[in-house]
Amino acid sequence: MSPVVKRKGERNALPGKYVLLGLTIICCLMMLLTFGTDLFNRPLNTVVGYVVVPFQQGISKAGQWLSNRSEELVSIRQLLDENASLKEQVAELTSQNTILQQERYELQTLRELFELDDRYTDYEKTGARIISRDSGNWYSSFTIDKGYQDGLEADMNVIAGGGLVGRISSVGPNWAKVTSIISDNSNVSGAVLATGDKLMVSGDLKLMADGVISFSQLLDSEDKVSEGDKVVTSNISDKYLPNILIGYIHTMSRDANNLTKSGYITPAVDFEHLDEVLIILEQKQQINEDEALK
Amino acid sequence: MRRKILLTITILVCFVLQCTVFRSLAFGGIIPNLMIILTSSFGFMRGEREGLIIGFICGLLCDILHGDILGFYALVLMYIGFINGKFCRLFYPEDIKLPIALIVVSDLTYGIICYTLQFLLRGKFDFPYYFTKVILPEAVYTIIVTIFIYPVVLKMNSWLESKE
Repeated sequence: MSPVVKRKGERNALPGKYVLLGLTIICCLMMLLTFGTDLFNRPLNTVVGYVVVPFQQGISKAGQWLSNRSEELVSIRQLLDENASLKEQVAELTSQNTILQQERYELQTLRELFELDDRYTDYEKTGARIISRDSGNWYSSFTIDKGYQDGLEADMNVIAGGGLVGRISSVGPNWAKVTSIISDNSNVSGAVLATGDKLMVSGDLKLMADGVISFSQLLDSEDKVSEGDKVVTSNISDKYLPNILIGYIHTMSRDANNLTKSGYITPAVDFEHLDEVLIILEQKQQINEDEALK
Repeated sequence: MRRKILLTITILVCFVLQCTVFRSLAFGGIIPNLMIILTSSFGFMRGEREGLIIGFICGLLCDILHGDILGFYALVLMYIGFINGKFCRLFYPEDIKLPIALIVVSDLTYGIICYTLQFLLRGKFDFPYYFTKVILPEAVYTIIVTIFIYPVVLKMNSWLESKE
Protein backbone atom coordinates (compact mmCIF):
# COMPACT_ATOMS: atom_id res chain seq x y z
CA MET A 1 0.00 0.00 0.00
CA SER A 2 1.39 3.37 -0.96
CA PRO A 3 2.16 5.50 2.10
CA VAL A 4 1.15 8.67 0.27
CA VAL A 5 -2.24 7.76 -1.13
CA LYS A 6 -4.42 6.40 1.63
CA ARG A 7 -7.78 4.96 0.71
CA LYS A 8 -10.87 6.12 2.47
CA GLY A 9 -11.69 4.34 5.70
CA GLU A 10 -8.14 3.22 6.24
CA ARG A 11 -6.98 5.95 8.54
CA ASN A 12 -8.22 4.30 11.71
CA ALA A 13 -7.59 0.73 10.59
CA LEU A 14 -4.98 -1.41 12.29
CA PRO A 15 -1.82 -1.87 10.16
CA GLY A 16 -1.56 -5.19 8.33
CA LYS A 17 1.37 -6.56 10.29
CA TYR A 18 -0.43 -6.30 13.62
CA VAL A 19 -3.46 -8.07 12.23
CA LEU A 20 -1.12 -10.71 10.83
CA LEU A 21 0.58 -11.16 14.19
CA GLY A 22 -2.73 -11.41 16.03
CA LEU A 23 -4.24 -13.91 13.62
CA THR A 24 -1.03 -15.97 13.60
CA ILE A 25 -1.24 -16.31 17.36
CA ILE A 26 -4.92 -17.24 17.10
CA CYS A 27 -4.13 -19.87 14.44
CA CYS A 28 -1.32 -21.38 16.49
CA LEU A 29 -3.52 -21.51 19.58
CA MET A 30 -6.32 -23.15 17.62
CA MET A 31 -3.94 -25.73 16.16
CA LEU A 32 -2.55 -26.57 19.59
CA LEU A 33 -6.00 -26.75 21.13
CA THR A 34 -7.64 -28.80 18.38
CA PHE A 35 -4.71 -31.21 18.17
CA GLY A 36 -5.86 -32.95 21.31
CA THR A 37 -9.35 -31.71 22.01
CA ASP A 38 -12.40 -30.76 19.98
CA LEU A 39 -13.12 -27.55 21.82
CA PHE A 40 -13.93 -25.35 18.82
CA ASN A 41 -15.55 -28.00 16.71
CA ARG A 42 -19.09 -27.69 18.03
CA PRO A 43 -19.65 -23.93 17.51
CA LEU A 44 -17.69 -23.70 14.23
CA ASN A 45 -19.31 -26.83 12.81
CA THR A 46 -22.71 -25.38 13.66
CA VAL A 47 -21.95 -22.11 11.87
CA VAL A 48 -20.70 -23.94 8.78
CA GLY A 49 -23.74 -26.20 8.93
CA TYR A 50 -26.02 -23.24 8.41
CA VAL A 51 -23.86 -21.19 6.06
CA VAL A 52 -22.11 -23.54 3.64
CA VAL A 53 -23.84 -26.89 3.75
CA PRO A 54 -27.24 -25.73 2.39
CA PHE A 55 -25.49 -24.43 -0.75
CA GLN A 56 -23.60 -27.66 -1.18
CA GLN A 57 -26.78 -29.63 -0.76
CA GLY A 58 -28.49 -27.50 -3.38
CA ILE A 59 -25.67 -27.79 -5.89
CA SER A 60 -25.26 -31.51 -5.42
CA LYS A 61 -29.03 -31.99 -5.84
CA ALA A 62 -29.01 -29.88 -9.01
CA GLY A 63 -25.98 -31.75 -10.33
CA GLN A 64 -27.59 -35.06 -9.63
CA TRP A 65 -30.79 -33.95 -11.35
CA LEU A 66 -28.86 -32.88 -14.46
CA SER A 67 -26.81 -36.05 -14.68
CA ASN A 68 -29.94 -38.12 -14.13
CA ARG A 69 -31.75 -36.34 -17.00
CA SER A 70 -28.82 -36.81 -19.39
CA GLU A 71 -28.53 -40.43 -18.39
CA GLU A 72 -32.23 -40.95 -18.94
CA LEU A 73 -32.06 -39.68 -22.51
CA VAL A 74 -29.11 -41.85 -23.37
CA SER A 75 -30.31 -44.98 -21.79
CA ILE A 76 -34.00 -45.35 -22.62
CA ARG A 77 -33.34 -47.74 -25.49
CA GLN A 78 -30.76 -49.57 -23.50
CA LEU A 79 -33.25 -49.91 -20.66
CA LEU A 80 -35.85 -51.56 -22.88
CA ASP A 81 -33.41 -54.32 -23.82
CA GLU A 82 -32.24 -54.59 -20.30
CA ASN A 83 -35.80 -54.88 -19.04
CA ALA A 84 -36.44 -57.97 -21.12
CA SER A 85 -33.30 -59.71 -19.96
CA LEU A 86 -33.92 -58.63 -16.38
CA LYS A 87 -37.38 -60.17 -16.41
CA GLU A 88 -35.81 -63.49 -17.32
CA GLN A 89 -33.33 -62.99 -14.55
CA VAL A 90 -36.07 -62.25 -12.04
CA ALA A 91 -37.69 -65.59 -12.73
CA GLU A 92 -34.38 -67.31 -12.40
CA LEU A 93 -33.46 -65.46 -9.23
CA THR A 94 -36.82 -66.12 -7.61
CA SER A 95 -36.23 -69.82 -7.84
CA GLN A 96 -32.68 -69.36 -6.60
CA ASN A 97 -33.93 -67.18 -3.78
CA THR A 98 -36.20 -69.86 -2.41
CA ILE A 99 -33.29 -72.26 -2.30
CA LEU A 100 -31.14 -69.64 -0.59
CA GLN A 101 -33.82 -68.90 1.94
CA GLN A 102 -33.94 -72.52 2.87
CA GLU A 103 -30.18 -72.49 3.28
CA ARG A 104 -30.31 -69.31 5.29
CA TYR A 105 -32.77 -70.92 7.66
CA GLU A 106 -30.43 -73.83 8.01
CA LEU A 107 -27.51 -71.49 8.63
CA GLN A 108 -29.42 -69.64 11.28
CA THR A 109 -30.24 -72.76 13.20
CA LEU A 110 -26.63 -73.86 12.91
CA ARG A 111 -25.46 -70.47 14.15
CA GLU A 112 -27.78 -70.66 17.07
CA LEU A 113 -26.33 -74.02 17.83
CA PHE A 114 -22.86 -72.56 17.90
CA GLU A 115 -24.18 -69.54 19.76
CA LEU A 116 -22.59 -67.26 17.21
CA ASP A 117 -23.59 -63.70 17.21
CA ASP A 118 -24.68 -62.62 13.75
CA ARG A 119 -23.70 -59.04 14.36
CA TYR A 120 -22.75 -57.62 11.00
CA THR A 121 -26.33 -57.83 9.74
CA ASP A 122 -27.76 -56.60 13.03
CA TYR A 123 -26.07 -53.23 13.07
CA GLU A 124 -28.52 -50.37 12.88
CA LYS A 125 -27.70 -48.25 9.84
CA THR A 126 -28.80 -45.01 8.26
CA GLY A 127 -28.27 -43.82 4.70
CA ALA A 128 -26.77 -40.46 3.72
CA ARG A 129 -25.88 -38.67 0.53
CA ILE A 130 -22.44 -37.26 -0.30
CA ILE A 131 -22.76 -33.52 -0.88
CA SER A 132 -19.17 -32.38 -1.34
CA ARG A 133 -15.63 -33.66 -1.62
CA ASP A 134 -12.33 -32.50 -0.24
CA SER A 135 -11.32 -28.94 -1.12
CA GLY A 136 -7.68 -29.87 -1.62
CA ASN A 137 -5.76 -32.47 -3.56
CA TRP A 138 -3.87 -34.13 -0.73
CA TYR A 139 -6.39 -36.11 1.23
CA SER A 140 -9.62 -37.90 0.45
CA SER A 141 -12.50 -36.91 2.64
CA PHE A 142 -16.07 -35.96 1.89
CA THR A 143 -19.10 -34.36 3.50
CA ILE A 144 -22.45 -36.11 3.94
CA ASP A 145 -25.83 -34.51 4.48
CA LYS A 146 -26.57 -35.85 7.97
CA GLY A 147 -25.18 -34.77 11.33
CA TYR A 148 -25.81 -34.97 15.05
CA GLN A 149 -29.41 -33.97 14.54
CA ASP A 150 -29.82 -37.35 12.86
CA GLY A 151 -28.01 -39.20 15.62
CA LEU A 152 -24.56 -39.36 14.05
CA GLU A 153 -21.44 -39.09 16.17
CA ALA A 154 -17.73 -38.89 15.47
CA ASP A 155 -15.96 -42.24 14.93
CA MET A 156 -19.04 -44.00 13.56
CA ASN A 157 -18.17 -46.40 10.74
CA VAL A 158 -19.29 -45.68 7.19
CA ILE A 159 -19.92 -48.45 4.66
CA ALA A 160 -21.20 -48.67 1.11
CA GLY A 161 -22.04 -51.67 -1.01
CA GLY A 162 -20.99 -54.02 1.78
CA GLY A 163 -17.47 -52.65 2.10
CA LEU A 164 -15.81 -50.21 4.48
CA VAL A 165 -15.64 -46.59 3.30
CA GLY A 166 -14.17 -44.90 6.37
CA ARG A 167 -15.28 -43.24 9.54
CA ILE A 168 -16.84 -39.98 10.60
CA SER A 169 -14.14 -37.60 11.77
CA SER A 170 -16.24 -34.60 12.71
CA VAL A 171 -19.95 -33.78 12.91
CA GLY A 172 -22.01 -30.63 12.55
CA PRO A 173 -25.75 -30.25 13.03
CA ASN A 174 -26.70 -31.26 9.48
CA TRP A 175 -23.42 -32.50 8.04
CA ALA A 176 -20.57 -34.82 8.89
CA LYS A 177 -17.06 -35.23 7.54
CA VAL A 178 -16.04 -38.74 6.52
CA THR A 179 -12.35 -39.63 6.21
CA SER A 180 -12.12 -42.49 3.76
CA ILE A 181 -9.75 -45.44 4.17
CA ILE A 182 -7.94 -44.54 0.92
CA SER A 183 -6.93 -41.16 2.37
CA ASP A 184 -3.21 -40.78 2.99
CA ASN A 185 -3.71 -40.11 6.70
CA SER A 186 -5.85 -43.16 7.38
CA ASN A 187 -4.79 -46.42 9.01
CA VAL A 188 -7.09 -49.36 9.73
CA SER A 189 -6.26 -52.48 11.66
CA GLY A 190 -7.44 -55.42 9.58
CA ALA A 191 -7.33 -59.19 9.49
CA VAL A 192 -7.30 -61.80 6.76
CA LEU A 193 -10.66 -63.51 6.99
CA ALA A 194 -9.46 -67.00 6.11
CA THR A 195 -6.58 -67.26 8.55
CA GLY A 196 -7.21 -64.52 11.10
CA ASP A 197 -3.77 -62.99 10.57
CA LYS A 198 -3.66 -59.32 11.55
CA LEU A 199 -2.39 -56.62 9.23
CA MET A 200 -2.31 -52.84 8.94
CA VAL A 201 -4.18 -51.19 6.07
CA SER A 202 -3.07 -47.65 5.20
CA GLY A 203 -4.21 -45.29 2.47
CA ASP A 204 -1.62 -43.81 0.13
CA LEU A 205 -1.91 -40.83 -2.18
CA LYS A 206 0.49 -42.47 -4.65
CA LEU A 207 -1.72 -45.52 -5.02
CA MET A 208 -5.01 -43.66 -5.24
CA ALA A 209 -4.87 -43.45 -9.04
CA ASP A 210 -4.32 -47.21 -9.29
CA GLY A 211 -7.38 -47.89 -7.15
CA VAL A 212 -5.53 -49.87 -4.51
CA ILE A 213 -4.48 -49.30 -0.89
CA SER A 214 -1.42 -50.71 0.80
CA PHE A 215 -1.13 -53.10 3.72
CA SER A 216 1.84 -53.98 5.88
CA GLN A 217 2.88 -55.92 8.97
CA LEU A 218 1.15 -59.13 7.94
CA LEU A 219 2.79 -61.89 9.98
CA ASP A 220 1.46 -64.99 8.18
CA SER A 221 3.94 -67.39 9.78
CA GLU A 222 2.31 -70.42 8.16
CA ASP A 223 2.40 -68.98 4.64
CA LYS A 224 -1.29 -69.61 4.15
CA VAL A 225 -2.48 -66.20 2.98
CA SER A 226 -2.80 -65.95 -0.77
CA GLU A 227 -3.74 -63.30 -3.30
CA GLY A 228 -7.49 -62.77 -3.55
CA ASP A 229 -8.09 -63.45 0.14
CA LYS A 230 -10.70 -61.31 1.89
CA VAL A 231 -9.47 -58.67 4.32
CA VAL A 232 -11.89 -57.47 7.03
CA THR A 233 -11.58 -55.05 9.94
CA SER A 234 -10.02 -56.78 12.92
CA ASN A 235 -11.46 -57.16 16.38
CA ILE A 236 -8.55 -55.28 17.96
CA SER A 237 -9.21 -52.05 16.05
CA ASP A 238 -10.28 -49.31 18.44
CA LYS A 239 -12.41 -47.29 16.01
CA TYR A 240 -13.78 -49.87 13.56
CA LEU A 241 -16.32 -52.57 14.28
CA PRO A 242 -15.04 -56.09 13.59
CA ASN A 243 -15.62 -58.08 10.39
CA ILE A 244 -16.50 -55.32 7.96
CA LEU A 245 -15.12 -56.13 4.52
CA ILE A 246 -12.22 -53.86 3.48
CA GLY A 247 -11.21 -55.57 0.23
CA TYR A 248 -9.24 -58.34 -1.37
CA ILE A 249 -5.49 -58.91 -1.38
CA HIS A 250 -4.20 -57.76 -4.77
CA THR A 251 -0.49 -58.45 -4.58
CA MET A 252 1.75 -59.48 -1.74
CA SER A 253 5.48 -59.66 -1.12
CA ARG A 254 7.77 -60.55 1.73
CA ASP A 255 9.43 -57.66 3.53
CA ALA A 256 13.20 -57.23 3.82
CA ASN A 257 13.09 -58.39 7.43
CA ASN A 258 11.84 -61.80 6.24
CA LEU A 259 9.22 -61.84 9.01
CA THR A 260 6.31 -59.80 7.76
CA LYS A 261 4.61 -59.31 4.44
CA SER A 262 3.20 -56.26 2.77
CA GLY A 263 1.39 -55.47 -0.45
CA TYR A 264 -1.73 -53.99 -1.95
CA ILE A 265 -5.43 -54.46 -1.34
CA THR A 266 -8.19 -53.81 -3.86
CA PRO A 267 -10.93 -52.07 -1.85
CA ALA A 268 -14.42 -53.53 -1.96
CA VAL A 269 -15.89 -50.06 -2.50
CA ASP A 270 -15.66 -48.07 -5.73
CA PHE A 271 -14.51 -44.77 -4.24
CA GLU A 272 -14.69 -42.84 -7.50
CA HIS A 273 -18.37 -43.38 -8.05
CA LEU A 274 -19.59 -43.08 -4.50
CA ASP A 275 -22.89 -41.21 -4.13
CA GLU A 276 -24.65 -42.68 -1.15
CA VAL A 277 -23.23 -44.29 1.95
CA LEU A 278 -24.57 -46.15 4.98
CA ILE A 279 -23.55 -45.15 8.48
CA ILE A 280 -23.53 -47.79 11.20
CA LEU A 281 -25.15 -46.16 14.22
CA GLU A 282 -23.36 -48.42 16.64
CA GLN A 283 -19.90 -47.59 17.91
CA LYS A 284 -17.08 -49.81 18.89
CA GLN A 285 -17.16 -50.27 22.62
CA GLN A 286 -14.72 -47.82 24.15
CA ILE A 287 -13.00 -48.62 27.38
CA ASN A 288 -13.28 -45.65 29.68
CA GLU A 289 -9.81 -44.86 30.91
CA ASP A 290 -10.97 -43.96 34.39
CA GLU A 291 -12.88 -47.19 34.74
CA ALA A 292 -10.00 -49.22 33.41
CA LEU A 293 -7.72 -47.81 36.07
CA LYS A 294 -10.01 -48.84 38.90
CA MET B 1 -20.25 -2.81 4.47
CA ARG B 2 -21.17 -3.49 0.87
CA ARG B 3 -17.65 -4.79 0.30
CA LYS B 4 -17.82 -7.12 3.30
CA ILE B 5 -21.12 -8.67 2.24
CA LEU B 6 -20.06 -9.11 -1.37
CA LEU B 7 -16.71 -10.61 -0.38
CA THR B 8 -18.33 -13.08 2.01
CA ILE B 9 -20.69 -14.21 -0.73
CA THR B 10 -17.81 -14.53 -3.23
CA ILE B 11 -15.74 -16.63 -0.83
CA LEU B 12 -18.70 -18.90 -0.06
CA VAL B 13 -19.59 -19.34 -3.73
CA CYS B 14 -15.99 -20.16 -4.65
CA PHE B 15 -15.63 -22.61 -1.78
CA VAL B 16 -18.85 -24.41 -2.64
CA LEU B 17 -17.91 -24.52 -6.33
CA GLN B 18 -14.51 -25.95 -5.48
CA CYS B 19 -15.96 -28.82 -3.41
CA THR B 20 -18.84 -29.70 -5.72
CA VAL B 21 -18.71 -28.53 -9.33
CA PHE B 22 -14.92 -28.64 -9.77
CA ARG B 23 -14.81 -32.06 -8.10
CA SER B 24 -16.84 -33.41 -10.99
CA LEU B 25 -14.66 -31.49 -13.48
CA ALA B 26 -11.46 -32.87 -11.94
CA PHE B 27 -8.68 -33.92 -14.31
CA GLY B 28 -7.02 -37.02 -12.95
CA GLY B 29 -8.45 -36.30 -9.53
CA ILE B 30 -6.87 -32.84 -9.39
CA ILE B 31 -9.01 -29.77 -8.72
CA PRO B 32 -7.99 -26.12 -9.07
CA ASN B 33 -7.49 -24.02 -5.98
CA LEU B 34 -10.00 -21.17 -6.09
CA MET B 35 -9.11 -20.12 -2.55
CA ILE B 36 -5.59 -19.23 -3.73
CA ILE B 37 -6.99 -17.20 -6.63
CA LEU B 38 -9.19 -15.17 -4.29
CA THR B 39 -6.59 -14.74 -1.58
CA SER B 40 -3.75 -13.63 -3.78
CA SER B 41 -5.81 -11.48 -6.16
CA PHE B 42 -7.35 -9.53 -3.29
CA GLY B 43 -3.87 -9.39 -1.76
CA PHE B 44 -2.27 -7.59 -4.70
CA MET B 45 -5.38 -5.59 -5.61
CA ARG B 46 -6.12 -4.26 -2.14
CA GLY B 47 -3.03 -4.66 0.00
CA GLU B 48 -1.70 -6.71 2.87
CA ARG B 49 -4.57 -6.23 5.30
CA GLU B 50 -7.37 -7.38 3.06
CA GLY B 51 -5.24 -10.15 1.55
CA LEU B 52 -4.45 -11.67 4.89
CA ILE B 53 -8.00 -11.40 6.20
CA ILE B 54 -9.44 -13.06 3.10
CA GLY B 55 -6.74 -15.73 3.27
CA PHE B 56 -7.62 -16.38 6.89
CA ILE B 57 -11.35 -16.78 6.15
CA CYS B 58 -10.77 -19.03 3.11
CA GLY B 59 -8.33 -21.19 5.04
CA LEU B 60 -10.59 -21.46 8.05
CA LEU B 61 -13.43 -22.72 5.82
CA CYS B 62 -11.14 -25.45 4.42
CA ASP B 63 -10.02 -26.28 7.95
CA ILE B 64 -13.51 -26.68 9.36
CA LEU B 65 -14.94 -28.72 6.53
CA HIS B 66 -11.97 -30.78 5.44
CA GLY B 67 -8.97 -30.33 7.70
CA ASP B 68 -7.70 -32.40 10.58
CA ILE B 69 -6.75 -29.55 12.86
CA LEU B 70 -8.15 -26.03 12.86
CA GLY B 71 -5.86 -23.21 11.83
CA PHE B 72 -3.41 -24.93 9.49
CA TYR B 73 -4.76 -23.85 6.10
CA ALA B 74 -5.86 -20.57 7.66
CA LEU B 75 -2.27 -19.83 8.65
CA VAL B 76 -0.79 -20.82 5.26
CA LEU B 77 -3.33 -18.87 3.20
CA MET B 78 -3.10 -15.88 5.52
CA TYR B 79 0.65 -15.54 4.93
CA ILE B 80 0.16 -16.02 1.19
CA GLY B 81 -2.39 -13.18 1.20
CA PHE B 82 -0.07 -10.99 3.24
CA ILE B 83 2.94 -11.55 0.97
CA ASN B 84 0.82 -10.93 -2.13
CA GLY B 85 -0.23 -7.67 -0.52
CA LYS B 86 3.40 -6.51 -0.71
CA PHE B 87 3.01 -6.41 -4.50
CA CYS B 88 0.13 -3.96 -4.31
CA ARG B 89 2.38 -1.08 -5.44
CA LEU B 90 3.37 -2.87 -8.63
CA PHE B 91 -0.18 -3.71 -9.54
CA TYR B 92 -2.05 -2.09 -12.44
CA PRO B 93 -5.51 -3.31 -13.43
CA GLU B 94 -4.52 -3.41 -17.13
CA ASP B 95 -1.61 -5.74 -16.53
CA ILE B 96 -2.39 -9.46 -16.58
CA LYS B 97 1.19 -10.81 -16.35
CA LEU B 98 1.83 -9.90 -12.72
CA PRO B 99 -1.44 -11.41 -11.39
CA ILE B 100 -0.91 -14.66 -13.29
CA ALA B 101 2.70 -14.94 -12.14
CA LEU B 102 1.78 -14.18 -8.53
CA ILE B 103 -1.04 -16.72 -8.51
CA VAL B 104 1.19 -19.46 -9.98
CA VAL B 105 3.94 -18.78 -7.48
CA SER B 106 1.40 -18.64 -4.63
CA ASP B 107 -0.15 -21.95 -5.62
CA LEU B 108 3.23 -23.67 -6.01
CA THR B 109 4.32 -22.32 -2.63
CA TYR B 110 1.07 -23.47 -1.09
CA GLY B 111 1.56 -26.97 -2.54
CA ILE B 112 5.13 -27.21 -1.36
CA ILE B 113 4.22 -26.02 2.15
CA CYS B 114 1.39 -28.57 2.32
CA TYR B 115 3.73 -31.34 1.15
CA THR B 116 6.50 -30.40 3.57
CA LEU B 117 4.33 -30.11 6.64
CA GLN B 118 1.89 -32.93 6.00
CA PHE B 119 3.82 -35.51 3.99
CA LEU B 120 7.57 -34.98 4.35
CA LEU B 121 7.28 -34.94 8.13
CA ARG B 122 5.47 -38.28 8.00
CA GLY B 123 8.39 -39.85 6.17
CA LYS B 124 7.08 -39.62 2.60
CA PHE B 125 10.23 -38.50 0.81
CA ASP B 126 9.31 -38.92 -2.86
CA PHE B 127 9.10 -35.20 -3.61
CA PRO B 128 9.38 -35.52 -7.44
CA TYR B 129 6.31 -37.75 -7.49
CA TYR B 130 4.18 -35.42 -5.38
CA PHE B 131 5.45 -32.40 -7.31
CA THR B 132 4.61 -33.77 -10.74
CA LYS B 133 1.39 -35.52 -9.76
CA VAL B 134 -0.21 -33.07 -7.37
CA ILE B 135 1.49 -29.69 -7.01
CA LEU B 136 2.25 -28.92 -10.67
CA PRO B 137 -1.09 -30.13 -12.14
CA GLU B 138 -2.92 -28.12 -9.49
CA ALA B 139 -0.97 -24.98 -10.44
CA VAL B 140 -1.64 -25.48 -14.15
CA TYR B 141 -5.34 -26.10 -13.62
CA THR B 142 -5.53 -23.12 -11.27
CA ILE B 143 -4.04 -20.88 -13.97
CA ILE B 144 -6.57 -22.05 -16.54
CA VAL B 145 -9.39 -21.27 -14.12
CA THR B 146 -7.76 -17.95 -13.19
CA ILE B 147 -8.08 -16.75 -16.80
CA PHE B 148 -11.87 -17.01 -16.42
CA ILE B 149 -12.30 -15.98 -12.80
CA TYR B 150 -9.75 -13.18 -12.46
CA PRO B 151 -11.52 -10.70 -14.83
CA VAL B 152 -14.73 -11.17 -12.81
CA VAL B 153 -12.90 -10.53 -9.53
CA LEU B 154 -11.14 -7.52 -11.05
CA LYS B 155 -14.39 -6.04 -12.34
CA MET B 156 -16.07 -6.61 -8.99
CA ASN B 157 -13.22 -4.89 -7.18
CA SER B 158 -13.19 -1.85 -9.46
CA TRP B 159 -16.98 -1.56 -9.14
CA LEU B 160 -16.64 -1.67 -5.34
CA GLU B 161 -13.85 0.91 -5.41
CA SER B 162 -15.89 3.25 -7.59
CA LYS B 163 -18.76 3.04 -5.08
CA GLU B 164 -16.55 3.80 -2.08
